[in-house]
Amino acid sequence: MIKIEGLWKSFSGNEVLRGLDLEIRDGETIVIIGQSGGGKSVLLKHLCGLLKPDRGRVLVDGTDIVPLGEEELTPIRKQFGFLFQGAALFDSMTLYDNVAFPLREERRAESEVHQRVEQALKIVDLLEAQDKKPAELSGGMRKRAGLARAVVANPKYVLYDEPTTGLDPIRADNINEMVLRLHDKLHVTGVVVTHDMVSAYKIADRIAMLHEGRIHMVGTPKEIQATQDPIVKQFITGVSDAHQEVQLGAETVH
Amino acid sequence: MPLEGKARLATVWLVPYAAQDMMEVLLRFKEFVLGQLTQLGSMLLLLLDIFKTTFSRRPRWGLTVEQAYKIGWQSQAVVVITGAFTGMVFAVQTYHQFHKVKMDTAVGPVISVAMTRELAPVLTALMVAGRVGAAIAAELGTMKVTEQLDAMRSMGTAPVDYLVVPRFVAMLLALPLLTAEAMFFGIFSGYLVGVNMLGIDRAYFLNNMYKFTAVQDVMSGLIKSVFFAVFIALISCYKGFNAGEGAEGVGRATTQAVVVSSLTVLIANFFIAVLFNAISPP
Repeated sequence: MIKIEGLWKSFSGNEVLRGLDLEIRDGETIVIIGQSGGGKSVLLKHLCGLLKPDRGRVLVDGTDIVPLGEEELTPIRKQFGFLFQGAALFDSMTLYDNVAFPLREERRAESEVHQRVEQALKIVDLLEAQDKKPAELSGGMRKRAGLARAVVANPKYVLYDEPTTGLDPIRADNINEMVLRLHDKLHVTGVVVTHDMVSAYKIADRIAMLHEGRIHMVGTPKEIQATQDPIVKQFITGVSDAHQEVQLGAETVH
Repeated sequence: MPLEGKARLATVWLVPYAAQDMMEVLLRFKEFVLGQLTQLGSMLLLLLDIFKTTFSRRPRWGLTVEQAYKIGWQSQAVVVITGAFTGMVFAVQTYHQFHKVKMDTAVGPVISVAMTRELAPVLTALMVAGRVGAAIAAELGTMKVTEQLDAMRSMGTAPVDYLVVPRFVAMLLALPLLTAEAMFFGIFSGYLVGVNMLGIDRAYFLNNMYKFTAVQDVMSGLIKSVFFAVFIALISCYKGFNAGEGAEGVGRATTQAVVVSSLTVLIANFFIAVLFNAISPP
């Protein structure tokens, strides 16, 4: 279980997280929604210690990871898989070597590495492209390869930063299915940051709305869809203030 | 006596502005000095981390060999050409001066001592700082802005262990060898120009060269190159790791890596030369 208590983080005086509290239960898939630039990716990076908060605690299975140094964080980070927004594949390596990286770092036998990498690449439908470098792949292919790398070492927690952004609807649905499969079969705990509400409703056990540096609301997809909270409602329906202003303006003109 | 007219105007208006400007300049200078000291401190911490990681983690021989190939083997053409043409031009220029005082055969020892003590280590370091330092800073900078460093850390691998230590060790191995190569080609090309083109007696050229060039001249050049290797690898990796956002940030980091490494080599060369001369006078 991951528990976040009173998390504060600012960059150059700009407060991104303002005392955020959240509990992520084992085996669930929680989707975090919120405005662009609202601190969702920042929150995700705090979960595995890539960023240090100004204040607050991040408890991973009861251990506060905030005071830990890089060395002490290593065993904790090995429990995580992270799909970055731009996939963050290593440019100098082939797709195969990218996916094999976490296994080779754990010094697994090369036969095991081969078997698991092939399996992971098969799931994301990239077996044919295994010898290509990231620069030769499309954005969607890179994202799928990033996903294969994130899950190849069977992590306990998988953090997804915009997993379906930039993918066509069919590929996006494939990714959603994969997240669901990881959740159902391997009981992986997933934390997904997304703007894609179709994806959120499909994969989430719970949805958390991040607003002004805090969790504004947490609920099941049904609860979120049924809410009358104006902030959540505005976000999930995708109606901007500008649209309302245009409508009001039109009424005034009439 | 009270000031009048333009003089009074200047006192009333310009003096506060001048004082304000001076304060601003002092504040900026303070910020600059603090910034430089912070950078220096961070570089020292990185150096400590490199040493700690080198001796506490399993060696990554494959990556070190790959970097030695990139840093050492692929820099050879640049270093050989630099060394050779420096030796040649040195022979031409010194010959005409020594010829006036009938000391033509002094060209050999002057070339060899200059190449071994100063020119080969400094010029090799400058060439490597330009070629390899820039490449290291650009590669690590790009990895930083595209979150590849974060990805590596998220998988429990320290970027210092995987990326910096192999480059650091490879630089420590490659730069002294490249310096030795530059020494050899500088002296050899100086010999060819001196003996074959300028007509200096071969036997005297070689004899004087052996007589006035000591092992400590060669050793001081090679030891210098070890220091230069530390500076180039450390500064380039540091600049890459601390690159700003986007292509502009990577470009700035690359330029700074080359400029700061080159200036550090030139400034450190003076102090190391003074130190060596104090320890073992030539």
